[in-house]
Amino acid sequence: MAQLTFREAIAHGLAQEMRRDPSVVMIGEDIGAAGGVFKGTVGLFEEFGPVRVRDTPISEQAILGAAMGAAMTGLRPVAEVMFSDFFAVCWDIVANEIAKSRYMTNGQVSFPLVIRSGNGGGLRFGAQHSQSVENWAMMVPGLKVVVPSNARDVIGLMAAAIRDPDPVIFLEAKALYPTKSEIPEGEILDTLGTATVPRSGADATLVALGAMVPRALAAAEELAEQGIDCTVVDVRSLVPLDTQTILREVSATGRMFTVEENPRLCGWGAELSSIVTEEAFYDLDGPIVRITTPHIPLPAADALEDLAIPSVERIVETVVKSMNS
Amino acid sequence: MTMTTSHITAKLELYRVQVALREFERRAHDLFLENLVKGTSHLGLGQEAVAAGVAAAMRPTDWTFATYRGHNHTLARGVPMTPVLAELMGRSNGLMAGKGGSMHLTSVEHGMMGSYAIIGAHLVIACGAAWSAQYRGTDQVAVCFFGDGTTNIGAFHEALNFAAIWKLPVVFVCENNLYMEYTRTSDITAVEHPAADRARAYGLEPIIVDGNDVDAVFEVASTAIDRARAGEGPSMIEAKTYRHGGHSRADPGKYRPDEEVKAWLARDPIPMYHSRLLAEGASEEQLVAIHHAVMAEVDLATEEAKAGTPPGPELLMKDVWADGGSQWRN
Ligand SMILES: Cc1ncc(C[n+]2csc(CCOP(=O)(O)OP(=O)(O)O)c2C)c(N)n1
Ligand SMILES: [Mg+2]
Repeated sequence: MAQLTFREAIAHGLAQEMRRDPSVVMIGEDIGAAGGVFKGTVGLFEEFGPVRVRDTPISEQAILGAAMGAAMTGLRPVAEVMFSDFFAVCWDIVANEIAKSRYMTNGQVSFPLVIRSGNGGGLRFGAQHSQSVENWAMMVPGLKVVVPSNARDVIGLMAAAIRDPDPVIFLEAKALYPTKSEIPEGEILDTLGTATVPRSGADATLVALGAMVPRALAAAEELAEQGIDCTVVDVRSLVPLDTQTILREVSATGRMFTVEENPRLCGWGAELSSIVTEEAFYDLDGPIVRITTPHIPLPAADALEDLAIPSVERIVETVVKSMNS
Repeated sequence: MTMTTSHITAKLELYRVQVALREFERRAHDLFLENLVKGTSHLGLGQEAVAAGVAAAMRPTDWTFATYRGHNHTLARGVPMTPVLAELMGRSNGLMAGKGGSMHLTSVEHGMMGSYAIIGAHLVIACGAAWSAQYRGTDQVAVCFFGDGTTNIGAFHEALNFAAIWKLPVVFVCENNLYMEYTRTSDITAVEHPAADRARAYGLEPIIVDGNDVDAVFEVASTAIDRARAGEGPSMIEAKTYRHGGHSRADPGKYRPDEEVKAWLARDPIPMYHSRLLAEGASEEQLVAIHHAVMAEVDLATEEAKAGTPPGPELLMKDVWADGGSQWRN
């Protein structure tokens, strides 16, 4: 067992797949010799060369269009969009072209591609380089959406995303890049659409995603000291969505709290609330509560950004207040 | 001038294809008026020479990327009329079983890699196919058709730069029919030749061709496609042409001066080619026979398409994912 950071795990996961499949190719801005703006592709250019790890101009539509055209003609491209906020300049390719073309053509084409992107806040980058856009991606039929919360899952879910025959949006929480976890030896391969349960408790279930998972776990430790024993579910994959695990874990405690980094409206937790309400209503002992970033663009100053994104303190306070009311 | 047999055969085929595209679209238009073709549709009446000339220069393994004005390009790749017409009519025997409609005609088995309806997108997608051919070491070429109006959107410029820097085997063909939807492209474009003048900025030769002359189109397309196949990189062809009707079903095209319409109708590619073939030694009987055969094909396709059933509910939830389904949860 070795320890890897989340950012090292990106390159590790990509290399694992590139070694086994020559049709896996990478494109993006500064991903080659520079190793990526977030250093997520360090070493890949040296190992696989400039033909497989290809630098592009600042042309997000061309990057994703190229990935689409290549995927429909036999390659398995992994494209990088540096910051997920930049999806706004190439969303046509994602939401209209990649997502819809298989359906529109009655299944004539498939898009085995992955779009990696640095997502979310915590780095004091301000509103245009910090947003959590998982809800943008989740609402588009035809896209799979994966959001790992730790280095080990980065590798396993990256492998699953690359081998998946459908387009996968792979969101890397920027705040997690320096975090470390134990990495088992050998190949790691997960299954898309499987949530995990990193902590089990009897009183309430915290359902979290990406960078909110470690915060939910830390909050659960503090809550335990106050006598509230929490389960934490790591959703990992918004599409496909492991509703069975979530329903089971919520039914077991009777309470659900979502912890979401995306701004409030139409966040993934709203969809989960609806599912749980429809399908596990009589197992609930109290209201479903969503803990989210408020419906605002993210501010830059650390003092303000920390107020906006759900913090361990806010999670603890919200759970305590709701459980005691 | 006399022609060799193979030469005349090739030219008669170019004539036949243009007539087939013309008569197919006229029939599609008639079926609209009968409310059998639903939704919208963008006819390429008047622009047949571009589709026929370029397709004749392609190999079966090459790829076409077209727009919502894509009936011509689909048929020119050899896709039969019946499934195309049935798709326009929303029938289960349609090319995509009715799931795509007129604007998204696709037939991968014919190298017809899709018709795209968001301006500009397919230029970058065609780059991706060309990149794949280059990476895999095949000698396939991607050919991408689009309009004059499309030269003002960002994806056009991203695609040209991308294709140029990676020396991709892609041929861009701008069908310059002078108008975007209802606005003259020259009124809203900084340069005279919207595609060719921009090509220069990306290090590409500006190529302008009479898009109503199928022989001329075939000529420049062959050169460009050969170049791409030989690894010499992308080309941009600007074909000057004109749509005989409005932009789409809803548009009578009244914003166009009568004089202009008249002048272009006088340059209709099909009568022009008819005259040329006669001058070059083809007989009127040969050309009439071609026309008859095309009409029989259109009539048969009409009957077959009409006989198609509406797509069944089992298609609704099919083929979002590669496993054939649409499941997003367990
Ligand atoms: C991004 C985008 N903007 C606007 C439209 C609406 N629209 C459809 S066709 C068209 C005109 C395109 O003109 P041109 O590129 O010259 O092609 P033509 O229709 O003449 O073949 C417009 C504006 C669109 N489909 N996509
Ligand atoms: Mg036009």
